[in-house]
Amino acid sequence: VLLSIICSPPQNYPLYIRSIPTENELKFHYTVHTSLDVVDEKISAMGKALVDQRELYLGLLYPTEDYKVYGYVTNSKVKFVMVVDSSNTALRDNEIRSMFRKLHNSYTDIMCNPFYNPGDRIHSRAFDNMVNSMMMQVC
Amino acid sequence: MEGLTLSEAEQRYYCDLFSYCDTESTKKVASNGRVLELFRAAQLPNDVVMQIMELCGATRLGYFGRSQFYIALKLVAVAQSGLPLRVESLNTVKDLPLPRFVVSKNEQESRHTALYSSDADNPASYSGVIPPPPGRIQVKKGSVSHDAVQQRTSTDQQESTSPVVSPQQSPPTSPHTWRKHNRHPSGGNNERPLAGPGPFWAPFSEAQPGSSTSSDPIWSGHSPPPHQENWVSFADTPPTSALLAMHPASVQDQTTVRTVASATTTNEIRRQSSSYDDPWKITDEQRQYYVNQFKTIQPDLNGFIPGSAAKEFFTKSKLPILELSHIWELSDFDKDGALTLDEFCAAFHLVVARKNGYDLPEKLPESLMPKLIDLEDSTEVGEQTGEVGYSSSPAEAPPSKSPSMPSLNQTWPELNQSSEDTAIVHPVPIRMTPSKIHMQEMELKRTGSDHANPTSPLLVKPPDLPEENKMSSSVKFTSGNTVTDGYSSSDSYASDPEQIGSTVTRQRSHSGTSPDNAAPPPPPPRPHPSHSRSSSLDMNRSFSVTPGQQQAGVVAYPPAVPPRPQPSQGAGPHVHRPVDAEGLIAHTSTSPQQIPEQPNFADFSQFEAFAVSGVNKEEEDEIETHSEVLQVEKPSDSASSHRGAKADGRVEDKAPANVPTSAGKGTTPLAPPPKPVRRRLKSEDELRPEAEEHTQKTGVIAAVLASQPSIPRSVGKDKKAIQASIRRNKETNTVLARLNSELQQQLKDVLEERISLEVQLEQLRPFSHL
Repeated sequence: VLLSIICSPPQNYPLYIRSIPTENELKFHYTVHTSLDVVDEKISAMGKALVDQRELYLGLLYPTEDYKVYGYVTNSKVKFVMVVDSSNTALRDNEIRSMFRKLHNSYTDIMCNPFYNPGDRIHSRAFDNMVNSMMMQVC
Repeated sequence: MEGLTLSEAEQRYYCDLFSYCDTESTKKVASNGRVLELFRAAQLPNDVVMQIMELCGATRLGYFGRSQFYIALKLVAVAQSGLPLRVESLNTVKDLPLPRFVVSKNEQESRHTALYSSDADNPASYSGVIPPPPGRIQVKKGSVSHDAVQQRTSTDQQESTSPVVSPQQSPPTSPHTWRKHNRHPSGGNNERPLAGPGPFWAPFSEAQPGSSTSSDPIWSGHSPPPHQENWVSFADTPPTSALLAMHPASVQDQTTVRTVASATTTNEIRRQSSSYDDPWKITDEQRQYYVNQFKTIQPDLNGFIPGSAAKEFFTKSKLPILELSHIWELSDFDKDGALTLDEFCAAFHLVVARKNGYDLPEKLPESLMPKLIDLEDSTEVGEQTGEVGYSSSPAEAPPSKSPSMPSLNQTWPELNQSSEDTAIVHPVPIRMTPSKIHMQEMELKRTGSDHANPTSPLLVKPPDLPEENKMSSSVKFTSGNTVTDGYSSSDSYASDPEQIGSTVTRQRSHSGTSPDNAAPPPPPPRPHPSHSRSSSLDMNRSFSVTPGQQQAGVVAYPPAVPPRPQPSQGAGPHVHRPVDAEGLIAHTSTSPQQIPEQPNFADFSQFEAFAVSGVNKEEEDEIETHSEVLQVEKPSDSASSHRGAKADGRVEDKAPANVPTSAGKGTTPLAPPPKPVRRRLKSEDELRPEAEEHTQKTGVIAAVLASQPSIPRSVGKDKKAIQASIRRNKETNTVLARLNSELQQQLKDVLEERISLEVQLEQLRPFSHL
């Protein structure tokens, strides 16, 4: 089970949501939404002086009984949140990191597209393909 | 026959016609059938046609060679202008209008005239621009509308042909073009270019059996303004009737000319593209049009179009933003937010295709991919003309990297640049700039296959490139190893580009002077930056050790690597002795370092001598040895003259052995010692014990100087094996390290859980007592 969401500031509304499997999505949406608070916490905890050194990868935001939530935030405060099944023990931290990196790269590619208005929902096919392939790897 | 002087326009025109008639692609003979059709289309009386054929010598020869064909065409023009047919008139008649072949001819001619007489990009002025056949144009217009209707119904054959252009877009610079395009769709002549509608066309269409779309396509395809027209027509033709239906109403105006042109071009394109079955191929006309459009936005063809400008441009095409966004994603290959010429052409082509009803592919078709080989400058150059069919295309050609421009390859002056791009991909030394490297890497990732273009040159190059940065990090080392091993994986190339790039340039310069040097396949040089540390150390060492000779050798090298090899060599033998078992990898890795020395042709003789000694079996090894020897000698010798002397001595011994070719070189006295040292250095590099290395190096160098043992060839084999095993071990090391870190992480997680559980237990404990 995997769900990834990209949220953008300032209102943190989601730009992109993709989950596998597709049922019970709302539960994940809720989880992600609540985890945004945790993300903000971590960001603000750093303080302004450390903005540059702040690592983009936030790590495990908090574990619940069923799943873990990982966070990643870019320097422009775009947040990537990933919810992973706890039963999926094969998923290591490094893999999560690499997944976030891929997401980040694809996101920057989308940004380079002049036809994309920042703040729009992401409809890019290439991005979808990338996310799908990534999720397939995990599940 | 007699010498025939043709003007540029004529030359082009005739060439196009010849290609059109060259149904069998012989490039030498035009098929009689086609030629006859052409002549029939010229609307000349039969006896005149016979006379022409006789005059040009075809009846004598029995076939239409290129010269005969040209002469015939010229005679047709002569006849059409009312002049008597004389052989002498071929060259004496000045300002002869181009031969007109029925309808298409009109277009062709008008196109040509328009092309040459006025600004072709001004469609609005088409009718005005085309002086000769103004009437024709008008007629065409009228007929175009007819055609449009007729064409519409008949078009559907073009599907397999070039996806072509859909004129519907309106590039800012040539809005009329767009209009014309609109017309074209309606009038797309798939089969018969303009069959029917006007008087001009009627006979033409009749005369033309189905496939012979008349010379129109040819002509239309080739003249520059036709580019726009043809291009437009292309759009029309691929035409599906549905497509035509989309633009039923817009037939009018000048489109006639365009439609005709387009019809012809499309037909031709169709004909040609059908041979390739690649709907994504960009034809010459289309490409020319794209290039012109590019110029309107960015006059420098090697420059970029910024994203905002491109956005405006393509927004004019009235495609939905979503599709434009997707097109951008496909075509912006290096994801830099700007479009180079190739990217722009690809994007334009996709827009056109989309306008024509083709679905956008999921991946960029190979024929649209920009070549990543940078022949000269840092921008991307080259267009991909691979034959790849995509899901949207009915037929799929086997993906191939061979250039597959339609046989319309005309040597147009304007197409020079594009013909360059369409040149077959051949291994070309790539100057790897960071952008290119990135592109290559990206391409590798995206395509998942070894691109012949970017990687093959690399593959070719490695042997020639001295592997300068052997001492680079282990990652590099691994890739270097793979390179030395035979450049098996493209990944190695991906990581090597930098190395290769830097060394390529170096190697190239050097190889010019010494072919032999280049021959031995030194592993691709390691990226310069990675060696900064060691390089500097090497520099110090090398300079300190061999001030005099090194200068010759070191100075010759690009700053990046030079010193390294030497110290490593010196230290190599000394240190490696005990570590001989480490494998050849280290050895070969050091050899690249020494390779930089190769370019130093002053040492070449020595190099050869050493190479002959056959320390290493592989060429790389040889190179290593050479470099080693050279380096060793350098320290030992006080001046390059020494090297010469030594080289002479060695050369004599090894005269028979060729540096690049002989696998077994005579043992260079200095080779063995440096090698072990080098190997040792390499392994140390991975571990980064620089200090030790350097001290060892100095010691080794001294030892090498003193010892000069001769190493049998078998050592080379051992080295290889050792290096291979070293590499393997390193890989295992990295994997294990990664696994270790992951397990550590897991352990941490588990410990956290345990702690939380214990806390919970503590909390519950009081209740348990109740």
